[in-house]
Amino acid sequence: MKIPYYYSLRNLCTRRLTTLLTAAGMALVVFVFASILMLAEGLQKTLVATGSYENVIVIRKASKSEVQSGIERSQASIVETQPEIAVGPDGGPLMAKEMVVLISLPKRDNNKPSNVVIRGISRKSLQLRPQVKLVHGRMTRAGSSEIIAGSSIAKRFKGGGMGETLHFGMRDWTVVGIFDAGSTGFSSEIWGDVDQLMQAFRRPVYSSITFRLRDSSEFEGLKNRIESDPRLTVETKRENKYYEEQSELMAKFLRILGMSLTIIFSLGAIIGAMITMYAAVATRTGEIGTLRALGFQRRSILAAFMLESLFLGLIGGGAGLFFASFMQLFTISTVNFQTFSELAFSFALTFNIVYRALFFSLIMGFIGGVLPAIRASRMNIVDALRAS
Amino acid sequence: MVQKSHPIVEIKDLYKSYRRGMQVVPVLEGITFDIAEGEFLALMGPSGSGKSTLLNLIAGIDSADNGSIKVDGVEINTLPESELAQWRATNVGFIFQFYNLIPVLNAFENVELPLLLTGLSKRERKDHVDMVLRVVGLADRMDHFPGQLSGGQQQRVAIARAIVTDPTILVADEPTGDLDRVSAGEILDLMDRLNSESGKTIIMVTHDPRAAEKAHSIKQLEKGILNVSSETHR
Amino acid sequence: MYLLKLIVKNTFRHKLRTGLTILGITIAILAFGLLRTVVSAWYAGVEASSATRLVVRNAISLVFTLPISYKEKIRQVEGVKLVSYGNWFGGIYIDEKNFFANFAVEPISYLKLYPEFILTPEEQTAFIRDRKGAMAGRKLATKYGWKIGDLIPLKGTIFPGTWDFVLRGIYKGRDKSTDESQFLFHWDYLNETLKKTVPRRADQIGFFMIGINNPALAAEVSTAIDTMTKNSLAETLTETEKAFQLSFISMTEAIIAVIQLVSFIIIVIIMAVVANTMAMTARERIGEYAVFKALGFGGGFIAGLVFGESLVITTIGAILGISATFPVAKAFGIAMGQYFPVFNVARETIYLDIGASLIVGIAAAVVPTIRAARIRIADGLRRIG
Repeated sequence: MKIPYYYSLRNLCTRRLTTLLTAAGMALVVFVFASILMLAEGLQKTLVATGSYENVIVIRKASKSEVQSGIERSQASIVETQPEIAVGPDGGPLMAKEMVVLISLPKRDNNKPSNVVIRGISRKSLQLRPQVKLVHGRMTRAGSSEIIAGSSIAKRFKGGGMGETLHFGMRDWTVVGIFDAGSTGFSSEIWGDVDQLMQAFRRPVYSSITFRLRDSSEFEGLKNRIESDPRLTVETKRENKYYEEQSELMAKFLRILGMSLTIIFSLGAIIGAMITMYAAVATRTGEIGTLRALGFQRRSILAAFMLESLFLGLIGGGAGLFFASFMQLFTISTVNFQTFSELAFSFALTFNIVYRALFFSLIMGFIGGVLPAIRASRMNIVDALRAS
Repeated sequence: MVQKSHPIVEIKDLYKSYRRGMQVVPVLEGITFDIAEGEFLALMGPSGSGKSTLLNLIAGIDSADNGSIKVDGVEINTLPESELAQWRATNVGFIFQFYNLIPVLNAFENVELPLLLTGLSKRERKDHVDMVLRVVGLADRMDHFPGQLSGGQQQRVAIARAIVTDPTILVADEPTGDLDRVSAGEILDLMDRLNSESGKTIIMVTHDPRAAEKAHSIKQLEKGILNVSSETHR
Repeated sequence: MYLLKLIVKNTFRHKLRTGLTILGITIAILAFGLLRTVVSAWYAGVEASSATRLVVRNAISLVFTLPISYKEKIRQVEGVKLVSYGNWFGGIYIDEKNFFANFAVEPISYLKLYPEFILTPEEQTAFIRDRKGAMAGRKLATKYGWKIGDLIPLKGTIFPGTWDFVLRGIYKGRDKSTDESQFLFHWDYLNETLKKTVPRRADQIGFFMIGINNPALAAEVSTAIDTMTKNSLAETLTETEKAFQLSFISMTEAIIAVIQLVSFIIIVIIMAVVANTMAMTARERIGEYAVFKALGFGGGFIAGLVFGESLVITTIGAILGISATFPVAKAFGIAMGQYFPVFNVARETIYLDIGASLIVGIAAAVVPTIRAARIRIADGLRRIG
């Protein structure tokens, strides 16, 4: 490419308003593209991190989540006897029988209700989930009407804060502790003693059983045995896979929405780039003729204009990414389509997203510039010189 | 007495016509003549006579329908465009009526442009550009952009660009057409010096009688044919 | 008239650039219209709500049930004309991907409460008579090729097992906003089966649907019912059907907000593209505008030229975009059927489209117009040649 790069770059700076407008269009497209990818990434990050590969969760067969599931006490006892369950420090199995229901709570900022998960936990529940840490207050006392709230609930929902009270199951429950589970789904839950909650809600069945594997490789054997046991109607999954599946519906929706929007917008931005580049070629017809006369090949002219268009794309892409990175300051609070329960997650920027966004902006620059560049390279020298 | 040196440009039976819609307009109808090395030739004639077309053909930026053009022994009429481009880079220096400098490049970079098509290193290119800008008297303005230079100064930069690769021929299309009297005189003096001191072959199309005066010989074109009269001044 | 002719001629001088700009606007209007249609599809449930229907459910959340004994209590509340009830069944038809709403309802009262579900008298009788009978909306039946008499199995998720139904009726929606993708069957079938398999779960209602005779009484009746059940084992929350639908929407409000925000971003992008075109065009024509001024035409005339051209471009683009919206929305509606059972282009959307294109056309022309109208004749003339 014999024509120096600064020819292309400086030409962009000369037509400042036009360059700005076109680059702004591309920047917006990249902003939307990156933001949607960051959102889907953040959602999956949250849910995938929620579960552990070493843990197994057991729910009723065909129920898609804990909320729909029901495991009778008798069935739970059978599961408890499986040899693959790891042994806890107290000598007993490292297993927790839990109950999960949804209650409707009003949000702090707009008073509108959302469904929040209430999880009745057993003594070993916290041990099974080392990513959950109590950061305020204390654990609930056995036999009391006390609950602990996830940090996202405490922040966003009325009655979920330290010392506040919630009323359900004909009782008042006091929040005596706040726990932080990082960016995982547990931060959007309220936990209480499973026996107390089962009584209050008059639900004599568990929703799920979670336990640690003593040897991770034994999972398949365990799964086969449990699922073919005629006394049980359950299915088993590794905990992280279970939570990953819970994000699939929404992540898919976000991605499809995001991609369709991006494609449509990018068409607009590409058209903008095309208009700009055609105009650039038209204005510089004389220059093109001169360069050709001086001996620069057709392909050098093509390359110079393509480079200009690619620079345009890159400027737009860089700006779009820059603004998109600020989205990481925001958190989305919504109901997960799949589980029907509250989930808070934020935008996550990864290197992969940065590459894809920049690559995408280059593609836009390429498509926008290729036709005008070809036109520039194919000009007849004499006609081009006459136009100047 | 002019010593007849060997011909640097040999033109034989040149025909060229343009298509305007359905019409075919003939422009050159059988041109034959030679240009000697070191000659300073002015091509003149009324508007539409074909003089600019003839210049374009000699310079290799257009191709004739029929006939042959040999520059320094090379038959250029049958060369494909990519080879022609390479040929132009080393063999032709252009001087245009409106200077045709690249607005986003400064004087130095404009002059450097043809050198980018050679294999010279950055240092070597700088030496050539410095030297040539000194010849035209603009060494102190090498970082000025065309927008910051007067018409006469721009044309001098253009001339510097035209000679920087030491080309075989210099072609000039109305070089003084856009200049005031004083600047035009300076440019013509420069071209004269290039021709007499450095022996550069110059082929110039012009309307300006003073420009024609500076040339060694004049050829008149009318309706695509050379007039027999050919004056030789010096 | 001269001005108009000049404007149109000017616009098409540069066919490629004008063509591309119009294409850009067409795509933007299309995208904008599509997004707004998606948002209104989200609110489809709200659109279809009736002012004389109330929903009664467990105050804790939809996950909890109400005892069937409440039926009598509710019927006795003043203002209540009709009481129906049902449970969200959540069954899967063959594959999880084939999602549609399926409910177990009390058929006689439910059909009375929903006059917008239209069945032929024969279908209605057949459905009511067969306890294993089911009725499905026309859109749903068409999608899966169901005919009256077909055996339709659903895999239960909340109520485990495989449940068989016989299709006895295919209902048509009375209004454009009626959901024709629902599947309804007998609550008794569900309940009798539960009594045999999991008796603990029998006689439990998911929601009561109430018809009141006067919409103005909605608040009173709601309060009356909720007060009646306060401090019992199953406290109720009663609200109008519209409020009930809105509460679902508010749960995914964040996503809707994002979509709406994005639809405005489109307008901004397209404004940038059109503004770009107008700026370029005006810059090229500065010389001509100077000539007009020299000839005696005023700044207003010039402004008219620039504005006029901008509006011609945006109007053509808008017309093309709006026309394209209908077929595209139809295709989209078919593809996204499982997320959006009702997908119509609202009249309001068209108005917004027109409004948007007008705003863009005007805004894009502002700066170039000011520049063009202010040009000093001498400056402009110098720019020619």
